Amino acid sequence: MTRTLPLAASAAALLVFGFAPLALSPYWLSLLTIIFFYVCVGQAWNLMMGYTGILSLGNSLFLGLGGYVTAVLASRYGVVPWIGLPLGALVGAAMGVVIAWLGFRFSVRGVYFALLTIAFAEFFRLLFDNWDYVGGAGGVFLPSLGPDESILLHLRGSGLLFYYAFLVLAAAVTAISALLVNGRHGFFWRAIREDEEAARALGVRARSMKILVVAISGAMTAVAGGLFGLMNGSLFPDSMLGMGMSIEIIIAPIIGGLGTLVGPIVGAFFVVPVTEIANDVGQHVGIFGLNTFVYGVMVFLVIVFLPEGIWPRLRRLATRRQRPDETDGGSDA
Amino acid sequence: MDLYLQVLAGGVLNGVVYALIAIGLTIIFGVMRLVNFAHGEMVVIGMYIGYWCFELIGISPLAAMPVAALALFALGYVLQLTVVNAFISRPHHVQFILFISFALVITGLHMMLFGPTPRGIFSMASFETFDIGPLRLDMTRVQAAAGAIVLMALLFVFLRFTTTGQAIRAAADSRIGAEVIGIRINRVFAITAGIGMACAGAAGALVAPMFDTHPFLAPEFTLLAFIVVIIGGLGSIPGAIAGGILIGIVEALAAVMINPSMKSMFSYALLVLVLLVRPAGLFGAAGGRR
Amino acid sequence: MTTKHEWDISRRRLLQAAGAAALSAPFIGRPVWAQGKPVKIGVILPTSGVLAAPGQASLRGVELGAKLLSEKAGMPVEFVYADTESVPENGRVAAERLIQDGCTLLIGAWDTGATISAAQAAEQAKVPILVNIASAPQITEQGFTQLFRNFPPATTLVYNAVARIKDLFAHTGVQPKTAVLLHVNDTFGKGVTGGINALWDKLDVPIEIVDQISYDLRARDLSVEVAKAKATGADLLMPVTRVNDAILIVREMVRQNYNPMGIIGPGSPGPYEKAFTDATGKYGDQYMVSVPWYDPTRDLTKQTIASFNKEYPNERFELNVGFSYEAVEIAVDALSRAQSGEPAAIHDALKTTDLKDHVMYGGPIVFNEKGQNPNIGGVMLQNQDSEPLVIGPQEIAVAEPIFPMTPFQDR
Repeated sequence: MTRTLPLAASAAALLVFGFAPLALSPYWLSLLTIIFFYVCVGQAWNLMMGYTGILSLGNSLFLGLGGYVTAVLASRYGVVPWIGLPLGALVGAAMGVVIAWLGFRFSVRGVYFALLTIAFAEFFRLLFDNWDYVGGAGGVFLPSLGPDESILLHLRGSGLLFYYAFLVLAAAVTAISALLVNGRHGFFWRAIREDEEAARALGVRARSMKILVVAISGAMTAVAGGLFGLMNGSLFPDSMLGMGMSIEIIIAPIIGGLGTLVGPIVGAFFVVPVTEIANDVGQHVGIFGLNTFVYGVMVFLVIVFLPEGIWPRLRRLATRRQRPDETDGGSDA
Repeated sequence: MDLYLQVLAGGVLNGVVYALIAIGLTIIFGVMRLVNFAHGEMVVIGMYIGYWCFELIGISPLAAMPVAALALFALGYVLQLTVVNAFISRPHHVQFILFISFALVITGLHMMLFGPTPRGIFSMASFETFDIGPLRLDMTRVQAAAGAIVLMALLFVFLRFTTTGQAIRAAADSRIGAEVIGIRINRVFAITAGIGMACAGAAGALVAPMFDTHPFLAPEFTLLAFIVVIIGGLGSIPGAIAGGILIGIVEALAAVMINPSMKSMFSYALLVLVLLVRPAGLFGAAGGRR
Repeated sequence: MTTKHEWDISRRRLLQAAGAAALSAPFIGRPVWAQGKPVKIGVILPTSGVLAAPGQASLRGVELGAKLLSEKAGMPVEFVYADTESVPENGRVAAERLIQDGCTLLIGAWDTGATISAAQAAEQAKVPILVNIASAPQITEQGFTQLFRNFPPATTLVYNAVARIKDLFAHTGVQPKTAVLLHVNDTFGKGVTGGINALWDKLDVPIEIVDQISYDLRARDLSVEVAKAKATGADLLMPVTRVNDAILIVREMVRQNYNPMGIIGPGSPGPYEKAFTDATGKYGDQYMVSVPWYDPTRDLTKQTIASFNKEYPNERFELNVGFSYEAVEIAVDALSRAQSGEPAAIHDALKTTDLKDHVMYGGPIVFNEKGQNPNIGGVMLQNQDSEPLVIGPQEIAVAEPIFPMTPFQDR
């Protein structure tokens, strides 16, 4: 793969999505907005799992923290999101550092680390449920804008605003991820993923590199969470910090293809429409629960028949057509 | 003081129920290193079996326990042979998604078949208690605890004294070694999965009178089971009992002393501590596998 | 339970979703309503996911309304349904999908999070949204111009509950002195307890609340909570619950032989639901709860309930069904006055709603400048022989209160 092709494809995609609102109704824009949201959180999770091999099942914690920092500052003190979102990212990163440092200091690995992240996320969900300062279980409601307040300043407004906000964020997160994984960091992270002992022997400072990736992932997820809260207009511990959200975050990148930059994007573009179609089918047949069932079957089929994800398979088909000789699957386009 | 005694007794009884819910998970993990994230869904299937047995034939949850165990054994056995065995050596996140897809399918089926309404078993047993000195214990929990003890005894005998049980233990110790001495590993794994899920089903039938059955109970049970087995020591059956009782007591005391709506926070805090300081579990063998 | 929908529209949408001709969808800035076409009313409810039980009860209410009331609109009406799957952010997507399908009036969305996110989409498209159920006071404080709520905010729930509790004491001549509040820690439970803490002293209720015990929505066991409540020795137990925990509380009370003077939920779901009475039987009797409820004395209500029982013999006509049915009453009334399917015309008609004959207890349905109906009443219900019956206010009571309650072991 050449370097120019991904760049050209990205530019074309940005151009298409940038002008999409001219041709699409609010409903399609909303769906795309949710897809972009899952691209953001999926890329962030992919940095941890796909590139470094750190399994987190509690990323909703970063999402919720980012959302709450932004929303509480805005609703209590009138702090604009332009300050709230970076602060949320800092809090997300700090939480990432804390969990990663604790986990790796005590060499908690694999499934055990995953359970550690779940425990942290659930702990904070319950904490927020009982913490009146952040509204407890009653949630936080974002004040609506007066007629003379700037939409851009407060980031509270129409679906179109959030469409562009999430488009920009998804592009930014993807670009940052690309720079990181194609640079020195990516090299170290992959080395850790393949064989941490060997990487250490070669002088990779494995622990700090792992803490770094969790912090970056936490910061990215937190920013997405901040925007997500602003878009919904209200936040509740259950919907922001719950286990359900953690699962939603990881399904798209795994189905799309881990350890690639395109995977989380493909996954989000697959999963969101599939849930929508499943919802539609359930609605029209009039059987409740059919949507959950259909979604489950779709996920099952993908994981059984494309265990490494959709994108790697697509890419292999494409390269086979170009060159009959086997290419190595290591390029990270 | 009486309040504390009562609460402690309740906590211990709850803990045995928690252990019962968790045993299946610890068996499957101990032998196959599989993280069954659909464990709660299996428990809920058992609950529905318990409920329908009561509704249609009028048999008590204790009597429905073997029915649920058999049904879930069959399900676990078939799933393992047809699908899960292929995933044994796959990375954890792939296994995780596989089980999540099971969970979604089962939850969807429950919704389609039985609707979302919580279904309670109305029998006098749900309200009966008996007194031991100053303590008052309720019937359903005592029944569940009794069922749990029977189940564990059976498991112990099976693992200790039967050829299949020994094969399972051998496979848990060393998969390759077991294959070398001619154990048909796939069948052993299928039986293990069957047993693990049978435990989940039996637990479900027993707890049906306690928690009114509805399709969305499952994630709670899954998380609870994880807390219990990690604290007790993954793969250790006595550890699951100890972990369950510990969590039961911790939650009861937290509810009395601090605030009931925060009681689960202490379970998770305990889980974090155990993961960091003693990952083999409080009661597991030292040097747990990572 | 199959509902008739327009397959062709959905098929087209499915095809689009599958990526074919996605860009050919015309840009729809405003919902279109063509003269002579049926008016489409979009219904947003959580019919799957954790809130499916009340969501489906609400759906039954809307479907019954669609069946019984559609011809009263004076023009063809069609109902289109969307499921939020109990996820707040899906409110917006569902609303936008319905608007794109040509709905010019929305009904929904049961839970606060989904309601707010749907209202944002409705606001943008200038399509009115009629809130059937959602109790957070903040919903009508967000400055939505397209939102109309025919459900009491938590503060009103508490206000009405206090009035009913005072009625009860006056009527029976029994005067408890103390109460203990046992509440679920979720959005609704927080709202009601917040209302209680704000209003209790203002309305000088002659009862002292000695303790407030909150528990997690997912509580697996409430023995400690009930033991704590019992230990306070308060005369009254005031639970604010969902249905599962209401069942757990009653079971624990029987086991612990906890017999307060009475159990009165100050604005709480749970005990009037069929799942509760099925699971608790005689022990669920005499449990009281103060909620907005249907007016059992009206002929209209009696006929509606008779039709409901014919349609859904295994279900109960309760609060979710009633308010959702009433949402259809309001929608049809507005359409008949607007004589147009244009959203702006429907909005104007909703603004001037003054509906005297409707199923739920309360004054005429009107909407104030915030879009809130301030005339919703509250009743006191008591379960008697596994049926929730109105015991107050006197003007619509159909049963006599049993207070103080019979101890559990004497039943």
